[in-house]
Parts: sequence; C-alpha cells; structure tokens
Amino acid sequence: MFMEFVTAHMEEIAAMILFGIGFSLLLLNQNLIKKIMGLNVMDTAVYLFLTAKGYIYGRMVPIEVNGINDPNAYTNPIPDGLVLTGIVVSVSVSALLLSLTIRLYGRYHTLNLDDIIMQLHKEEEG
Amino acid sequence: MSFVRNFPFFTIMLGMLSGIVSSALSGKWARRVTLTLVTAVLCMSGAVLAYAVNIGHSVTYMMGHFPAPWGNEIRFGTLEAFLATYFAGIMLLAVLGGMSHVTSDVDPAKENLFYVLVDMMLSSLLAMIYTNDLFTGYVFVEINTIAACGMIMIRQNGHSIVAAIRYMVMSLIGSGLFLIGISILYDVTGQLLMVPAHDAIQRMMISDTYTTPLLVLLSLISVGMAIKSGLYPFHSWIPETYGYATPTASAILSSLVSKGYVILLIKIFYRVVGFGVVLSSHILNALFILGIVAMVMGSLHAIMQTDCRKMIAYSSVAQIGYIYMGIGLGSKSGMIAAIFHLLTHAATKSLLFISAVGLYEVSDGRTDYVGLRNAGYRNRVAGIAFSVGALSMVGFPMLSGFISKYLFATASLERPSKMIATLLALIVSTILNAIYFLRQVVTIYSGQDEEEEYSTAQFFKEAVAGSSFANHFAMVLLIALNLFLGLGSSLIVGLISKGLDLFS
Repeated sequence: MFMEFVTAHMEEIAAMILFGIGFSLLLLNQNLIKKIMGLNVMDTAVYLFLTAKGYIYGRMVPIEVNGINDPNAYTNPIPDGLVLTGIVVSVSVSALLLSLTIRLYGRYHTLNLDDIIMQLHKEEEG
Repeated sequence: MSFVRNFPFFTIMLGMLSGIVSSALSGKWARRVTLTLVTAVLCMSGAVLAYAVNIGHSVTYMMGHFPAPWGNEIRFGTLEAFLATYFAGIMLLAVLGGMSHVTSDVDPAKENLFYVLVDMMLSSLLAMIYTNDLFTGYVFVEINTIAACGMIMIRQNGHSIVAAIRYMVMSLIGSGLFLIGISILYDVTGQLLMVPAHDAIQRMMISDTYTTPLLVLLSLISVGMAIKSGLYPFHSWIPETYGYATPTASAILSSLVSKGYVILLIKIFYRVVGFGVVLSSHILNALFILGIVAMVMGSLHAIMQTDCRKMIAYSSVAQIGYIYMGIGLGSKSGMIAAIFHLLTHAATKSLLFISAVGLYEVSDGRTDYVGLRNAGYRNRVAGIAFSVGALSMVGFPMLSGFISKYLFATASLERPSKMIATLLALIVSTILNAIYFLRQVVTIYSGQDEEEEYSTAQFFKEAVAGSSFANHFAMVLLIALNLFLGLGSSLIVGLISKGLDLFS
C-alpha cells in the first residue's frame, strides 16, 4: 500500500524532499555559496513538481505532426512555459546573489555570513 | 474616453521602457526621465481612477489577442486605480525628497542605475496591483525583489551589501513558498487567471474535493507573502535594510514595496480563493495573532533603538502588524481598515524617513537619537514634518493615523471573539508608539543652552540655504497628504469599500 503510493507519486515526493533540502540550506546555512546552491535546489524542486504535474503519460509534445488534430493526443504546453519563465527568474536572482557574494568576499575575505557580520560590528565599534 | 482603458497597460510598459532608456543615460538625465515617468504615471493613473469611478464597475483588459482562459489579462476597478495613483504619488515625493542624498550616496558613474531601479520598482508595483494572472504576479514579485535589492546595495558599503543579502535570502524564501503555492493551485484548478481559478475553486468547494491541497496552498501563499512584507517573526531583515539604505530607498522600501505584497495577498484572498473559503480555513486567525504580536514586539524593539532610522524601521514592523491584524479580523470592515492603514503607513513612513534626512543633514550626519538634539530648530520644515509624522503614527486626531486606529477599533466590534485582543493590542501599541516617537520629537526640540542658542539662528539660516527645495516641497506635500487622509477619510473609505465590492 505504502510502496504503491510512493511509486505512484515518485516525482511529487522527490520534489517535496528537494524543496525541503533547498529551503533549509537557504535559511540555515551560513556559507553564502551554499545558500545560493540551496536557492537553486529549491527552485529546481518547484520546476520538477510543475513538469511532473504537467506531463500526462502517453501523450505527445504539443507540436503538430502527422496531421493529428485531436487535442487529447498532446500535453498542455503551459506548465513547460511556466518552468522556462521560472528558470529565467531563478538564473537572474542567482546571478545577482553571486555578484553580491563576490563584493562581500573582496571586502571581508570570508564566505561565512556570521563572520562578516562580526567584522561589521567590529568596524562599527572601532 | 474608452482610450483610458489602455492606460494601466501603458503605465506598466512605460516604466519598463524608461528603465531601459535610463540605463544608457547620464545620472542627471536618468533622474529627469524618472521624474517625468512618475509624474506621467501619476496623471494617467488619475485618469484611470476618474474613469473607473465614472463607470462604476471593473474593467478587464485583454492582453494580446487571446480570450480569457488562454491569454493574459489586466483588470482595474476603483481600488486598483486609486492604489496606483497613490503609489505613484508617494514614489514621486520619495524621489524628490531624497534626491540630493542619492547624488551624495551613490557613485556618480552609477547614479543612472539607481533611477533604473526606481523605474523597474514602479512598473512592477503597478503590475502587481493590476494583474489578473497569478504567474504574471509571481514574475513581477521577483522583479520587485531584484529592484529592491539593488536599491539597498547601491550605497556599496559593507553594511548595505550584508543588508541586501539578508533581504534577498528572506525574500527568496518567501517567493519560493509563493511559487510552490501557485504551482499547487495550478495543479488542482488547471487555471492561472484569477477568475477561472476562482470558478474552479468554487466547484471544488461544492463537490468537497481537494480540500487539503487548498488549505496547503493557501497557507503557503499567505506565509510567503507575510515573509516578503516582513510580518513579525520574519522581520529580521527590516531594520538593517531600512536603516542603511539611501533615504529615498528607505522611504520607497518601507512605504511601497512591503505594501505591494499585501495587496497581492488581498487580491488572492478575494479574487482567487474567495473570502468565504479563506474565512473557513482559519488562516486569518494565524495572521491575526502574528499581527498582534508584531504590533507589540515591533514597538518594544523600537524603544530599545538609539539610531533614529532603525527606530523608524522597527516601527514599520509594528505597522505591518496592524495591517495583518486588520486582515485577520476577517470582515469587510477589517479589510477596509487594513487597506486604509496601508495608505496611512505609506504616507507617514515616507514622511518620517524624508524628514529624518532633513534632521541629520543639520546634525553633522549623526543619526543616533541624542545626536539629533535641537535639530528641529536647525531645520524647521523637517522638524515640523517629523513631528507631524510621529503624531500621526501615535494616532493624534486630525491626522491619518487616528482614523486608521478608529477604523480598526470599530471593525473589531463586529468580531466579539477578537474584540478584546484587538482593543488591548491597539492600546498597548499606541502607548509604546507614543513613548518612542514623542521621546524623539521632544529631543529634536530640546537641549539648547546659552551657547547653542546663539548658534541656532546661524545654523537655521545655513540649513535653509543648504537644504534642497525639493526636500522641503516633498515634506510639505506629504504633510498635506496626511492631513487629507485624516480629514477626508470618509471619501477614501467609501472608495476602498466600493473597490472591495468590485473584487468579488
């Protein structure tokens, strides 16, 4: 029973586990690069979820070939379109975060956010 | 007259376009383009507002040539048009008020980039107000986040970069939750446009299917938006970001950015999920409790601050709490109070940030609360503006803050189970507000001794000569706006109430 459930919903379960991993990395890890990796894992989990939900077994990519006009032969292209848009968004966000990280590393020579904040406080006091 | 229907779309695209154009211009020209843009958006949104009030119903505008379930849509009624006008107005005043500081805080070669960000911010806020499509909403939420992050880090010192990273991390967690929320919504309804999704959810409720996914997606979206707008336990990024950004950025971030997300959330509650479903899910009770905790804790933190700007920032935490408390009351009057407080807070917080600039300009750049001693004499307009803002936050009659507190109190009477908690929180929070705001007001008007009194007159002349006309102009208009909200509140409340009726 349980195994059946797992095999039937493999993609969704994988997506949720990945989302959890990414989310906790982004929130809890103090290393900036790992935070950014967490962000990407989290976003990828959402894309996995969306693509898994958008795909229907036995149907074709929505490109008309061999003159089949029946819409039931194809999958809905919108989820894939959403995933593409989402990827563009997450790429730009990662780029922005990486550029910020480079700035901070150039200034404080560490990637640990806690250490950077400690140094900031020292600067303030000094 | 029907040409006005195109204006909401034009305002969004104009913002994008001027952003692109400004990136190739010099700082001075980028500033001119931005000021023209914001004024144009203000006028066009005003025209849309007049049109919407005139026809008395909402308008759905089809984008491209595909009808409802396939294409993308913009929708506007009185509330959307009013919010767009109001936000454009606040943004204009915030840019004017902090203009001279942008020039000094930002590397001259990069000044145009700041205005690119302002343009993008305005455009994304308008899109979040007008859009009728959830995924478009998500894309503009991200554009808004990136623009806000850029505004925070443009000062390029260690503090602001750390603040930007912290802001980004919290914001991305929020948008991640929001994104998975709308993915689940798309999964169960098969729609992303608000109206078809609403119909699908109504059908689901009747057939009693998918109730668990609905609850999950509702909580994911609410928590995501609460994180992004800085509700209490998720507020850790607020003081850093508002405290270390350049004044225009602080004013825009605190008064507009966090509000855009609240408006999107209200739209989702009313137009996608349906307010009845939201009420029965008890999500609102959670928001209500967090709102009340935020009202008290935000003010307690604010009392402990010595830096004036951080104090104002922590006060934002409390004010966001007010808004969520109003939403959490779960009645129409509560929602009206929440939206009215959103307007109040937008006007007052930008007034406080802009006038605080005027005050520490004349205090050797000191921003701590003792350093501002006597500053009210050195820059009179800023002193008066700060006092008006502070009194409005405390809830002085005639000013807008009084009306929103009054609306919250009357709204709570409709919900006996939440009445005591609301009234108590209002009282405690008002007292705490009074403690830290009035302390600051008293400080800026005290501490003059013989020696200083001599220099005061001298300082006063220098300050008025040195401080920019634009800053004074913005402060006077924001004071007027506060008085208008306080005295003409019945007009605004009527407008909000009508707009909310058009939502469903």
